[in-house]
Amino acid sequence: MKKVAIVGYAQHKILPNAGALNEVELIMPVVHKVFADLGISQDDIGFTCSGSCDYLQGAAFAFVEGLSAIQTYPPIKESHVEMDAAWALYESILKVKMGDADTALIYGFGKSSPGNLDSIISLQMDPYYIAPLWPDRISLAALQAQVLLQNNIISPDDMMAAVLEARQHGASNLNALLTDLLTEDLYGSDAFKSSPLRGLDCPPISDGASAMIIASEEKAFEYTDNPIWIEGIDHRIESSNLGSRDLATSPSIESSVQHLQLKKVHFDVAELHTQFSHELPFLRKLLNLTNVPTNLSGGPLVGNVMMCAGLDAIGKTFEAMVNDQLTHGLAHATSGPCLQHNMIVHLERHS
Amino acid sequence: MSNDQAPKDYRESLIHLEYQYTAGSATTTFLNQVKEGRLVGQACPKCQAVYVPPRGSCPRDGIATTIEVPLTDKGCIESFTVVHIPIPGNPIVPPYVCAMVRLDKANISFLHLIQGVEIDNIRIGMRIQAVWKPKEEWTHSLENIKWFAPIDEPDIDVSTLRFQAS
Amino acid sequence: MSETKATLLKAPFELSYKYKRSSGPIMSQVFEGLAKKKILGSKSKANKVYAPAAEYDPHTREALTELIEVGPGGIIESWSWVHQPSNHHLIQTPFAFALIKLDGADTAMLHMISDCEKSDLAIGNRVKAVWSETPTESIADIQHFILDI
Repeated sequence: MKKVAIVGYAQHKILPNAGALNEVELIMPVVHKVFADLGISQDDIGFTCSGSCDYLQGAAFAFVEGLSAIQTYPPIKESHVEMDAAWALYESILKVKMGDADTALIYGFGKSSPGNLDSIISLQMDPYYIAPLWPDRISLAALQAQVLLQNNIISPDDMMAAVLEARQHGASNLNALLTDLLTEDLYGSDAFKSSPLRGLDCPPISDGASAMIIASEEKAFEYTDNPIWIEGIDHRIESSNLGSRDLATSPSIESSVQHLQLKKVHFDVAELHTQFSHELPFLRKLLNLTNVPTNLSGGPLVGNVMMCAGLDAIGKTFEAMVNDQLTHGLAHATSGPCLQHNMIVHLERHS
Repeated sequence: MSNDQAPKDYRESLIHLEYQYTAGSATTTFLNQVKEGRLVGQACPKCQAVYVPPRGSCPRDGIATTIEVPLTDKGCIESFTVVHIPIPGNPIVPPYVCAMVRLDKANISFLHLIQGVEIDNIRIGMRIQAVWKPKEEWTHSLENIKWFAPIDEPDIDVSTLRFQAS
Repeated sequence: MSETKATLLKAPFELSYKYKRSSGPIMSQVFEGLAKKKILGSKSKANKVYAPAAEYDPHTREALTELIEVGPGGIIESWSWVHQPSNHHLIQTPFAFALIKLDGADTAMLHMISDCEKSDLAIGNRVKAVWSETPTESIADIQHFILDI
């Protein structure tokens, strides 16, 4: 199988309400940037794949409109996933590994500001037993937080630390939405949304877009002296029957870690798609990352573009490895309620 | 088993979502002009194609359409269909004609209604012009145009409208 | 044209679909049961009971066809307290979403707990179903659960 590397990544500044910028106007600048960084154009791309959610825009096949941001003449090989763009990356990697393309452009986009994200995410759920009760995304996440706290897997202090650290890291992330520093007092006086989650334990409503370019081994060195290899990538899903899952653990992540043989890898950096404060200490413990610098970008707690934040975790890991010449990076993307579906990516830089 | 004991095949499942839709900057610019009774497209700086209504990008070249192009409210029928299906909530009574309206100098067409002519006399290439609502009813909407109606000009051979990148 | 960039155009927009969903042979029985104030679970070969009834065992993948009545009481496996319900929630005063393991079941169901205070709730507490008087053969025929002390 061909080796595949990430060679470029660009992210739009995350906005609380992109207002007059539509999806196309968010995507175009990041696609142009990632091309300009490498000195290439759409003509150099063998496969294009995007991730988005039509319900965010409230229109069937809205993702087709997103394609207006891309040069499509002569006609291009293209695909889309109704998921986080991390899964568009997965599909693109398969295309390159199979020899169908030497390069791929991946982009993700999402505007959460026009709709009511809580009710939209309810519709992701089982339409028979769960969606008719309209559980909002925060209450569902809070069910897992409660279980983790009850079992002493995490503590309230861990949750507060995750929020405070996210803001500290966000302050040096030019694209972050939330960069104001918080104190323990401010956190402690913040109102609860769905106990045990306070408003500050939840990610901000965010609008944005990101783009990434991957290349086969032959092509990667044409674009950069410093490709970051996708050494391993694996994603697994748990039952959609929420009540039959053990929320105190993550069998999907555990089996990916085993499959990718990550137990003995010493990671230099990690970015996790942890949207709620309790998920960060939980996954750091589970992935043995307690002593690994994690979410130095601030992560989803300082900016959480739906359908893009998973790709961003991978992109931010790539950026940190390029900038700081690191050897091993771990990235995580998720979808579904209570970390139902998880992707683990092992990135490696050869010195 | 009597009928009322048989299991139901289907159960109703209601989805209801509310949005505050924001127009993109190109659409905002376009609709602000429509409110004043003007149709202004945007052109691609690379291939020169003129888009109306503009979406802010050239889907052929993937770049922003930065050039504003004032257009007339005249054009031709690029294609049309006679709608016989009543659509719930639609105030227009079938049969009526929906056409792809190609304004002069534009490189794409948009959907609008055709009236003021017998349905059997409508044809591809027919010259048409917008029939506007009274000025005091104008809003940020293409509904400011009630419909397009034929005008007394020779038909256009629509095959000549095919786009050639310059 | 100078004013055009300054105005941001916004419009409210509602999206509504009235889908009809096929419930299938297993869930049809569950929904009919709910309208008669009965909660049905499904039992696997290994005697594991999924409630509300699952069509397949997510672990062994076997089809589950044996239905048994469970509940209407159970215990709280997890809960989250909604301090300010939004307009899409079915209960408009503060309430809890909860995972409830019904008596006789091995898995939990998501539902709501109402008519209590946040401080009354704890994992392990007993709850029981309160039934809607206007059933529609839906999961919401259980109006919510209340504490059963």
